[in-house]
Amino acid sequence: MRIHFKTSYHHDIRLFPDRWTLCVYGALLALAFALPYLIGEFYLGEVTNVLIWAIAGLGLMLLTGQTGQASLGHAAFLAIGCYANTILIEQGVPFIIAFPLAGVITGFVGLLIAIPVLRLHGIYLAIATIALSVLADDIIVLTEHWSGGVSGKFPEMITIFGFEIERWSMPSRFYYLVLVVTIICTLFYRNLLRSPLGRAFAAVRDSEVSATAMGVHIARTKGKAFGLSCMITGWAGALMGYYAGTFNNETFSLVISITLLMMIVIGGLGSIHGAFFGAVVVAFLPQALSILKDNVVGSGVAIPGLETGVFGLILIMFILFEPMGIYGRWLKIRTWFELFPFARKDMFRRQKSYLKTERLR
Amino acid sequence: MSLLEINNATLKFGGVVAVNDLSFSVEEGEVYAIVGPNGAGKSTAFNLISRFYEPFAGTFTFDGNNLLERDADQVADLGIARTFQNIELFEHATVLQNLLVGRHRHRKTTLLEEMFFTPRVRREEERHREAVEEVIDFLDLQPYRNKMIAGLPYGVRKVVELGRALASKPRLLLLDEPASGLSVEETQDMRWWIDDIRKQMGITVLMVEHDMGLVSGVSDRVLALADGAKLAEGTPAEVQANPAVIEAYLGAGAV
Repeated sequence: MRIHFKTSYHHDIRLFPDRWTLCVYGALLALAFALPYLIGEFYLGEVTNVLIWAIAGLGLMLLTGQTGQASLGHAAFLAIGCYANTILIEQGVPFIIAFPLAGVITGFVGLLIAIPVLRLHGIYLAIATIALSVLADDIIVLTEHWSGGVSGKFPEMITIFGFEIERWSMPSRFYYLVLVVTIICTLFYRNLLRSPLGRAFAAVRDSEVSATAMGVHIARTKGKAFGLSCMITGWAGALMGYYAGTFNNETFSLVISITLLMMIVIGGLGSIHGAFFGAVVVAFLPQALSILKDNVVGSGVAIPGLETGVFGLILIMFILFEPMGIYGRWLKIRTWFELFPFARKDMFRRQKSYLKTERLR
Repeated sequence: MSLLEINNATLKFGGVVAVNDLSFSVEEGEVYAIVGPNGAGKSTAFNLISRFYEPFAGTFTFDGNNLLERDADQVADLGIARTFQNIELFEHATVLQNLLVGRHRHRKTTLLEEMFFTPRVRREEERHREAVEEVIDFLDLQPYRNKMIAGLPYGVRKVVELGRALASKPRLLLLDEPASGLSVEETQDMRWWIDDIRKQMGITVLMVEHDMGLVSGVSDRVLALADGAKLAEGTPAEVQANPAVIEAYLGAGAV
């Protein structure tokens, strides 16, 4: 078992609690940067897909896991980020400005939508945000002049100061681009968590009454969470557009929203790790299933609904047996090894929670 | 002038008059207790001061500021912190994080600075941490610093909630039943802490409490409420001897 011997407040504030953790994440980062030299182009493309999903997952995690506001409308924000980026570049804005701006635009749109929508709670909020997903499709068709409507759009090749990046012909360059965005988003997320705003998010999630009494402005905090969440999601959307190579009104459907929410639940709500673990499941499962199916029943046979069915089953299993997600399971396994042989079975058992103040209005 | 002045406050829920033409004032540096049978309007009076409820009538003045002009989240900025009758902590956060939320009104950094975690944010974090550590030392919370609230026993949660209110360095502390559900020893600790909060920290305390031992032990003045109206006011001994109070608690003819 590792003992943290703290000698300064800085030890609690810094990114990594100890040298060992620093080494582990350093090694992970080094592996990530060396990956294009280690694996083939197909698998590099798959890893890129995982990272893009992870960015989108971080976006939703900030809102749902951290601030406790469920959203089934995040596909709409993926779409806004994707279209904003593509349209800006078509207007001659260089990628290095258009891409960050696409996220900021998505964030502002999110903030505007948040003002009315976040007056709702729980299931009603989820229903209202479903409407966003459904509306996005129609709006894209209606604004055909800019969005290309049903026939869709093809993002142009990325050029950063003359340096060209393209998903199909140069997968490793595209991979590095996605990796850098992932690292930046993760750092933003982590920085927010260790500063007053991140704590205000958790306060709003756990008790709005006492958050108010401590001086947290509920609506403003939720709005910030929604805006930031949408900003990160917008970036993921822009990258998804490049990854897919083409997109139209049907690319960012309600199914994507549901998959996103499912992803963070499976990964583990309220943790950065959860977004990444969930992304691995969501991005690799269809591939794994198709490989498995080919080997078991032969490649010619199609099984309709196989993917959806397996996803649903996995989600049900997690909610029933491991509500803390893959990250929660990982924590349990790690604790078991760290404390070996002293880990007890009930260590992670949920404690009873005490009575909450009745609704005040 | 008094620190907190409430004049003719009235609040009705439908036909029920929860607080009826209530006036009282809390002086700077005193411990002021509100007692009364269940449903007397004690917690409602607290929620009026915290601006969770909008009064029908009455004036609320804190240190010269009209409280009615403030929203519920701006009350903390004036220097009023509170605890809740049923503990309202942030369950999925550690004790330290809970106490740091108490520092929310002292934050100076903006969203953009926090996203990049600039050196200023780091300095501010250290400053917040220092203030929180003072509270942890004061309340002997060291063993629980990095524990999740969800796993803590009731008595400790009660203390953490008091700590969170103290971390905001308030001028007026509202304690809603600080000793409810505590054991005899824990109540004794609470009594010393309330004494020290007033004497060492110079914080004015307004509390609702049923435990008359605690009330008469720490408070300078007591207000007895019944059916939302003032029954008696004075030193603990005076209020306890007041026939109207005895009647409200025990019924007529009990003396």
